[in-house]
Amino acid sequence: MWSLQKIANTIHEWLNTTFNSTIATTIEMVIAGVAVITLFALLGLVLVLMERRVAAWMQIRLGPNRVGPQGLLQSMADTIKLLVKEGLTPNGADKFLFNLAPFIAMIVAMLLMAPIAFAKDFQLWDLNIGVLYISSVSSIMVISILMAGWSSNNKYSLMGAMRSGAQIVSYELSAGLAILTIIVPIGSLQFSEIVQSQVNGWWIFKGHIPAIIAFVIFMIAVTAETNRAPFDLAEAESELTAGFHTEYSGMKFALFFLSEYVNVFIVCAVGATLFLGGWMPFHIGHWESFNHMMDYIPSSVWFFGKTFALIFLIMWFRWTFPRLRIDQLLNLEWKYLLPISMFNLLLMTALAILGWYF
Amino acid sequence: MVEALGSTQEGNLIINVGPQHPATHGVLHLVITLNGETIVHVEPHLGYIHRSIEKMCESLTYRQFIYVTSRMDYLSSHINNHACALTVEKGMQIEVPARAQVIRILMDELTRIASHELWWGAMAMDLGAFTPFFHAFRERESINDIMEETCGARLTMNYIVPGGVMQDIHPNFQNRVKAFLKMYKSKIHEYDEMVTGNIIFQNRMKNIGVLSAEDAISYGCTGPTARGSGVSSDIRKIYPYEIYNQLDFDEVLEHGGDSFSRYMVRIREMQESIKIIEQLIDHIPEGDFQAKTKAVLKLPKGEFYTRVETARGELGVYIVSEGGTTPYRIKFRSPGFSNLSVLNHIARGSKLGDLVAMMGTLDLVIPDIDR
Amino acid sequence: MFLKDYINDVYGAVKSLLVGMRRTGYYFTHHKEIITQQYPDNRATLDLPERFKGEVVMPHDANNEHRCTGCTACELACPNGTIKVITKFEVNAEGKKKKAIDKLVYHLELCTMCNLCVVACPSDAIKMAQTFEHSVYDRSEFTKILNNPGSKIMEGVE
Repeated sequence: MWSLQKIANTIHEWLNTTFNSTIATTIEMVIAGVAVITLFALLGLVLVLMERRVAAWMQIRLGPNRVGPQGLLQSMADTIKLLVKEGLTPNGADKFLFNLAPFIAMIVAMLLMAPIAFAKDFQLWDLNIGVLYISSVSSIMVISILMAGWSSNNKYSLMGAMRSGAQIVSYELSAGLAILTIIVPIGSLQFSEIVQSQVNGWWIFKGHIPAIIAFVIFMIAVTAETNRAPFDLAEAESELTAGFHTEYSGMKFALFFLSEYVNVFIVCAVGATLFLGGWMPFHIGHWESFNHMMDYIPSSVWFFGKTFALIFLIMWFRWTFPRLRIDQLLNLEWKYLLPISMFNLLLMTALAILGWYF
Repeated sequence: MVEALGSTQEGNLIINVGPQHPATHGVLHLVITLNGETIVHVEPHLGYIHRSIEKMCESLTYRQFIYVTSRMDYLSSHINNHACALTVEKGMQIEVPARAQVIRILMDELTRIASHELWWGAMAMDLGAFTPFFHAFRERESINDIMEETCGARLTMNYIVPGGVMQDIHPNFQNRVKAFLKMYKSKIHEYDEMVTGNIIFQNRMKNIGVLSAEDAISYGCTGPTARGSGVSSDIRKIYPYEIYNQLDFDEVLEHGGDSFSRYMVRIREMQESIKIIEQLIDHIPEGDFQAKTKAVLKLPKGEFYTRVETARGELGVYIVSEGGTTPYRIKFRSPGFSNLSVLNHIARGSKLGDLVAMMGTLDLVIPDIDR
Repeated sequence: MFLKDYINDVYGAVKSLLVGMRRTGYYFTHHKEIITQQYPDNRATLDLPERFKGEVVMPHDANNEHRCTGCTACELACPNGTIKVITKFEVNAEGKKKKAIDKLVYHLELCTMCNLCVVACPSDAIKMAQTFEHSVYDRSEFTKILNNPGSKIMEGVE
């Protein structure tokens, strides 16, 4: 069985024997950076096409199926189109901030890739506060949105950006509480330990009722955090304003667009790790033979499979539900999600103390 | 699409929701005065698709002018043609054979269902749910296929003429309509599942754009806009034409007056149209499909008015004739014009995002308003 | 009391959302419901109804004969001047001068496909064809002469 961990180990040893350790580390960092950027590009291509085909099948039509077999080259065509578009900067815009905003969005997305465990022992940076790091760095996203809205010199971009900012900041609370709820029985914020603790079953099964409620709240909150429908008021197409990225065109718009999809991937990856076991195969308690059989499927396949299942769930939300108004959105958060998640946290703590989980 | 014009003295902002709309209502220009996010005043500017239909009809004979009225409210094109044909028949005292009457009513009701389907899909799309649009078009395409087989066209049919209909129905017509009814009844519950019962949708439609019954009457609203406020205004019941007085169907009334009531009126109207079609489809009488008329039609001197119930409300056709082969003056009383006039009244005080929901429930087709 | 309403609200809301998701999930998995026709690829099997109003044509039989007598009923019936009938006088078999059709000029760019000309024709000379791909690169191709060159009227048509 090939494994990403073995490939990484081989490269690491070869580099250390060929160069001295400083240069080897530098080269490793460069390789990691290039790998992350490649992953970005691939994810962008795959997710855009997946969204269009999923949307089409739900709408009883075929998706893009002309460019390349089954439409696989459609994303390439879209990329080329966005590259050759003219990148306009509006007249009165604050040029520095206007150009900086999409890059901050990308940088945040790249930073968030660091602690995620893609396969067994295959992480860029296994820090001991991994979950807290993800929670806090994703808040920087708000800065890039507000920067984009403000520097466009357009009243409607600003309105859209402020609405989006309010939405993200509110829903971070619920997402954070949902994460806290599932961390209570785990006892550690480190990603490798979180995945290891699920060796006898995923937390969504082990933590039964509070874990399921936390999972539902988490999915709703991250849909709102990444500005996806039904919470996509800030970038709605048939409402009257067009959102914080109105004035962006060409490659800068492509960066915003890409960073939205990569954000969806990252929050689904976090959800898959916390609730569905990350790269851990589907184990049931101590059924050794069953667990051993499940181990044959490589861990990266498990991880990407779970993440893409959650991404499909988020896409399913988008194409089924109408949009919420801004006051209904904030209403939902402060009057429904937050009290329920606080109560859920108490419930999980009580269960953890009493030991009533598997 | 959206640009700032300037500010008034009190710090209000004036924006244009310009003729090119992201929503699907046609070329309507709204000048909205906003105070923060609250709407203070809405002023529609019309005329972007004015094609002087009424003036054109003054140079066309009574057989020729009907085709151009299909293009007024293109979603209920049969009903527009029907109104014109009825007015000409009233003037010339032509007796329409029973077969033609039944065929005309069948075509009218199928058109009503198709129009309400498109309305439903476009309404859901304005609110952000993109999927119901395609599901609505699946039903609408079935109806378009039926029309294509009998009338030869899918949108502007020009099938109803003074005296009856232009050609007899295709031999396949009855089977196709029955197959359509069967398919439609199996899909109706999906509309409830996907849109009507959805909690997000209900929250965006309830208590938005409340129109009281007195206001509906004083602004001259007709059709589902008025029936959603409890005003009984179905022309098929109050001034029945053709054989509507012999058919068994209910007039759909709701008393809430808000957007959700207007929505439910149209959904239930689709089911009433199904009832009418079911009563008629097996009992199309034999006979002529067109009454024998002279080759050149000449209306006697005088004024003639007929009103019918289109999918949007009451359409009135008023012909002033001086005794020649072409009318002296034709005036169409369009339902959309009066329904649009109520937009300022119901939009005052609500948020910008609700305007889209309100315009959707008024069911505006701008070529009907501008003619 | 408030708590009971709250819980009922949440339960009803979640149930309605799940019902909607089940419906779209059904359509996602059942591909036989897809009704898209892949148009340019299915031209060979495309089958339009015989009454479809595509454009006006004058059918000619195997001997290049048509049924048009040049009576200009279609020109009078047309609402917007799409048809122009140009007649000539020709000497028929008995030596008498008779009016016959020289050219039936048909402006496809003006036609609204309303069918009034076909209904008005007393000798069934013109009918509607089922073509719908009318785009051309040169606008003058829209002005069509409906009767073939060198054709004449059939025997016995009046």
